[in-house]
Amino acid sequence: MNMHSLILRTTGHFLLPLLLLFSVFLLLRGHDEPGGGFIGGLVAAAAILLYLFSMDTESARKVLRVDPRDLLGAGMVLAVISAIPGVFRGQAFFTAQWWEFTAPIFGEMKLSTVLIFDIGVYLVVIGSVLTIMLNLAEAED
Amino acid sequence: MMMSVALPIIVPLLVGALSVMLWRSHFAQRALGVLGTGLMLAVSIWLLADTWEHGHVVMEMGTWPAPFGIVLVSDMLAAIMVLLTGIIGFATAIYSLSGIGKMSEKFGYYPLLHLLLAGVNGAFLTGDIFNLYVWFEVMLVASFALLILGGERAQMEGAIKYVTLNLLSSMIFLTAIGLTYGLTGTLNMADIADKLSTVEDTGLVTVIAMLYLVAFGVKAAAFPFFFWLPASYHTPKVAVSALFAALLTKVGVYALYRVFTLIFNQEVDYTHEILLWVAAATMLTGVLGAAAHYEFRRILSFHIISQIGYMIMGLALFTPLALVGGVFYIMHHIIVKANLFLISGITFVMKGTHELKLMGGIYRTHPMLGVLFLIPALSLAGLPPLSGFFAKFIIIRAGIEAEAYWVVAVALVVGLLTLYSMIKIWAEVFWKAQPEGVEGQTHDVTSGPMIWMWIPVIMLALMTVAIGLYGEPIYQMAAMSAEQLLDPSRYIEAVLGEARQ
Repeated sequence: MNMHSLILRTTGHFLLPLLLLFSVFLLLRGHDEPGGGFIGGLVAAAAILLYLFSMDTESARKVLRVDPRDLLGAGMVLAVISAIPGVFRGQAFFTAQWWEFTAPIFGEMKLSTVLIFDIGVYLVVIGSVLTIMLNLAEAED
Repeated sequence: MMMSVALPIIVPLLVGALSVMLWRSHFAQRALGVLGTGLMLAVSIWLLADTWEHGHVVMEMGTWPAPFGIVLVSDMLAAIMVLLTGIIGFATAIYSLSGIGKMSEKFGYYPLLHLLLAGVNGAFLTGDIFNLYVWFEVMLVASFALLILGGERAQMEGAIKYVTLNLLSSMIFLTAIGLTYGLTGTLNMADIADKLSTVEDTGLVTVIAMLYLVAFGVKAAAFPFFFWLPASYHTPKVAVSALFAALLTKVGVYALYRVFTLIFNQEVDYTHEILLWVAAATMLTGVLGAAAHYEFRRILSFHIISQIGYMIMGLALFTPLALVGGVFYIMHHIIVKANLFLISGITFVMKGTHELKLMGGIYRTHPMLGVLFLIPALSLAGLPPLSGFFAKFIIIRAGIEAEAYWVVAVALVVGLLTLYSMIKIWAEVFWKAQPEGVEGQTHDVTSGPMIWMWIPVIMLALMTVAIGLYGEPIYQMAAMSAEQLLDPSRYIEAVLGEARQ
């Protein structure tokens, strides 16, 4: 898998943190504007993949720190759990719940179950894309 | 707010997600498999009780009001189907304890099982036609992965046929949804039914109805779209075969029941006449295909097709009694067919083959298993006092009352040929002596983890007998669902309620 390209390897190192930051930006932006968990997850997965292409599967796994299957599972659990809080307020499943509070520096903030769902999707996309790609890359080695 | 209608979907989704998280531990996955499906069975009983009491149970997901958001609707038919899914899911999970194999578990057998069950329940409960498409796809993804667990050549071949045909059906389904939306401007099934009754262009409505018939006909393995089923169902693990045989085609049948009672009930003379021909052809081709085969699971697969014919016949006759019979038939068939597949798994462990010619002498060594086979087999053929007798009896009586004598004749002949097939399996596998020249090694199936295979088989056999002997409450449930199916205004009222005023 290793392409031994100095240019790719150098840019890969720089692009990885930038792309990951961008993916988080997309994830958070997605509530009212284009973006969201799915596209954010794809960008994050692409970031790791770029790293995989410039290095090798072992270091890609190392930079990820956790097994992609764990990300997949955690994401699915988060997404399903986000459906539940509404029920405790006597509403239907998947009814969005909002919590408002003021934090220092940021001012007024809103958190919602919608965000939890989106984070779940984000993790599921990263987890499933990387599970497939890492397995394929390892099968090729 | 009645949350029972969403739980049969939420529970398997959540349990499935948890078992993905615990993918390292085989023990945790197995425990979650049994506990999760057990919990699903419990909530489906709860849903049935709620539906029995209130008639229709409706929930607007995310509190988006109908017809704009997605609604979950449970009427008696849906609740019965969800209950059967619970029973079969639970039985399969117990059966899987005995030996689905560490490799299959590693590749996600249990999460896929839960995902499949969630998809099946979603398809039964949704009140939105596009959402139904989504649940079909969820089922397709999960079933495709389950089909190729093990990765043998025959499995790949079967899976490719399975996926190609099902994708084709999904395309047709999607086209039909598009046309429906263009005509009515809504995707909510109750709203579609409400608006279609005022559409003047009945020709176009009938065209759309036929598109749905083809799309669901492929899913249900009705004539002439059945050939993917016998090509694929004998290849996967036995527990997977049993699950597919019991549930997947029945989702197609359920969708036909839903669409052709709720939405397309204007041109009954035309659409349901076609359904009747489809039913007769399905019964005949299925049973004739079975007669020609000598592989345990292939014979059973062909019998799924012929039994689907009876269910569609109940819908096609479109009288109260016929619908009762159809629903009764679905209930009886799911339990019996799952059981027959599970038994084929036990004989496979004993003899190491599914070929009838290479088996024999099991009645001598395991008479108990012979009896357990005869119960569902004779029930499938329709012998009293087992469940199949009453299912067939109601349908045939409805056929005579509707004066559709030719289809009654077909149904009776097919019943007889079913008996022939079942007796063939009985004679070859259980009765005749072990063929000479074939190594008659018998693996022990009465100790160790193999014990788990017997529990669901005995459980389902007892149910078959119970439906036959105490059929009254089952008949009551089927009667209530038929009554609701023939009066779609109540469904529309329950879903749209205040929105219409």
